[in-house]
Amino acid sequence: MIEERFDAIVVGAGMAGNAAALTMAKRGLKVLQLERGEYPGSKNVQGAILYADMMERLIPEFREEAPLERHLVEQRFWLLDDRSHVGMHYRSDDFNEERPNRYTIIRAPFDKWFSSKVREAGATVLCETTVTELVRDDRERVVGVRTDRGGGEIHADVVVLAEGVNGLLGTRAGLRARPTPNNVALAVKEMHFLPRETIEARFNLKGDEGVVIEAAGTISRGMTGMGFVYANKECISVGIGCLVADFQRTGQTPYGMLDHFKQHPSVAPLIAGSEIKEYAAHLIPEGGYKAIPQLYGDGWVVVGDAAQLNNAIHREGSNLAMTSGRIAAEAIAEMKSRREPMTAKNLSLYRKMLADSFVIKDLKKYKDLPMLMHTHSQNFFLTYPQLISKAMQNFVRVDGTPKLEKEKATLKSFVKARSWRGLIGDASRFARAWR
Amino acid sequence: MNVEPSVRVEDKLYYNRYLVDIGHPHVKVRAHTTPSAELLALLKVCPARCYELNDNGQVEVTVDGCIECGTCRVIAEPTGDIQWSHPRGGYGVLFKFG
Ligand SMILES: Cc1cc2nc3c(=O)[nH]c(=O)nc-3n(C[C@H](O)[C@H](O)[C@H](O)COP(=O)(O)OP(=O)(O)OC[C@H]3O[C@@H](n4cnc5c(N)ncnc54)[C@H](O)[C@@H]3O)c2cc1C
Ligand code: SF4
Repeated sequence: MIEERFDAIVVGAGMAGNAAALTMAKRGLKVLQLERGEYPGSKNVQGAILYADMMERLIPEFREEAPLERHLVEQRFWLLDDRSHVGMHYRSDDFNEERPNRYTIIRAPFDKWFSSKVREAGATVLCETTVTELVRDDRERVVGVRTDRGGGEIHADVVVLAEGVNGLLGTRAGLRARPTPNNVALAVKEMHFLPRETIEARFNLKGDEGVVIEAAGTISRGMTGMGFVYANKECISVGIGCLVADFQRTGQTPYGMLDHFKQHPSVAPLIAGSEIKEYAAHLIPEGGYKAIPQLYGDGWVVVGDAAQLNNAIHREGSNLAMTSGRIAAEAIAEMKSRREPMTAKNLSLYRKMLADSFVIKDLKKYKDLPMLMHTHSQNFFLTYPQLISKAMQNFVRVDGTPKLEKEKATLKSFVKARSWRGLIGDASRFARAWR
Repeated sequence: MNVEPSVRVEDKLYYNRYLVDIGHPHVKVRAHTTPSAELLALLKVCPARCYELNDNGQVEVTVDGCIECGTCRVIAEPTGDIQWSHPRGGYGVLFKFG
């Protein structure tokens, strides 16, 4: 179908693929990008928060052009039991700044816009094309791809695998392992539409100000998981996710959990009367540092979710995807300008550059957390939320019980549930993993 | 706690846009007499409830409503219980928002 030879083929037009294709095209490389969706974004799901800094490095003027929803002025963390929430809200007028730091976005329109910038930069973008296979030469070097459009092989010096968490190509070619139920979470999400004014009144917002809520607790029924509620301009993204291994073990259903979360007395009033327009599901890589596969080889690199570059603790994925895509592209462009071949040895520059960035540093910082949350999920996601909620209620309810007695009762309930040893163990384990 | 029987996944799938590739299912279940634990898990974990038990007690898949999350792949591809691919280019779920 395409006779020409390319400097680089990028598989996927998500955050990582677009960042890579844009960066290489801007540097004059001949780039072909292949996307299986009808349009870029038609297969992609996100919460979603966009981090401005990482976007700005790719498209400095994005604030004037991109389809952004709201800039965030407030972040809420909720610990839920079945009837209440204990919350921490951080809101600051400082976030009403000239160049806001975080925005909510909706992926389909955002990815379409991002892709238009990739085309403008000179890359060839082909949608409705699923790449079915990597082509290798007799020395196992990756030299191109095959697609379901027929027409034989398309060749390039290097293939950038930006195929997302479900990347089949890399796993089929034996370049990395398939994700396991222990290192991916399944998230389900709905889009709830309401008039703008209603959203602004319910979330206490004016203009384009935005709020996001992250929620953990009994909603995940003892499984490692989190819920979220994000305010967009005219809709609210509501979702919940848990480790696939936990779903498998417990037999809970994802939609059952989502509906339960939506019915929670703290969530229901926010979305009451809304019109649902979409139900989506997607995996999130949660394995962290220890799950990062080999990132490069002869004629290939892997970026974004396909490489498990996702910080589940902070819910940062797209910015790691964009950054790894950009850095891989810079390393490739560097080799190209030096007229050096795309060997594994040369492409190791990508890994080195990534190690110097926040991407690997952040993942390394939390390398023990995924395992801790998983093995102690009952405590962190069921017992503590219930205890803390009870303690709070005990603290604020005035009923004639002397305060000292109340404190004693609270402490007793914690010790009874987890024992002194358990409490101290959990606290120190958590502190160590967080450090 | 059990799942609320009121949750109807079919209703949720109605909100979505699909281009179904008739005659080319991208997920297939290996023929079996008794389903493995992995296959049985898919009855509950698939967010689009694509997997169902037939009258003979075997697990079947209908991919029309599949949201392409890949959860079943992660669970049941390693055991050989299912075969999983992406739909052909352009087909499958088409998110308007995502
Ligand atoms: C519910 C949810 C909430 C999230 N919230 C946030 C958030 O608030 N902030 C944040 O930063 N991150 C968030 N993330 C994570 C973020 O969405 C991902 O980290 C990010 O999308 C990864 O980008 P990517 O380019 O690697 O993969 P993707 O965006 O998944 O893109 C992969 C692309 O490759 C295409 N593709 C795959 N295989 C082929 C093939 N064989 N041929 C052709 N095309 C192919 C796909 O169609 C897709 O377009 C969230 C994720 C989920 C699921
Ligand atoms: S990919 Fe997801 S939605 Fe599709 S059949 Fe598998 S589990 Fe169900």
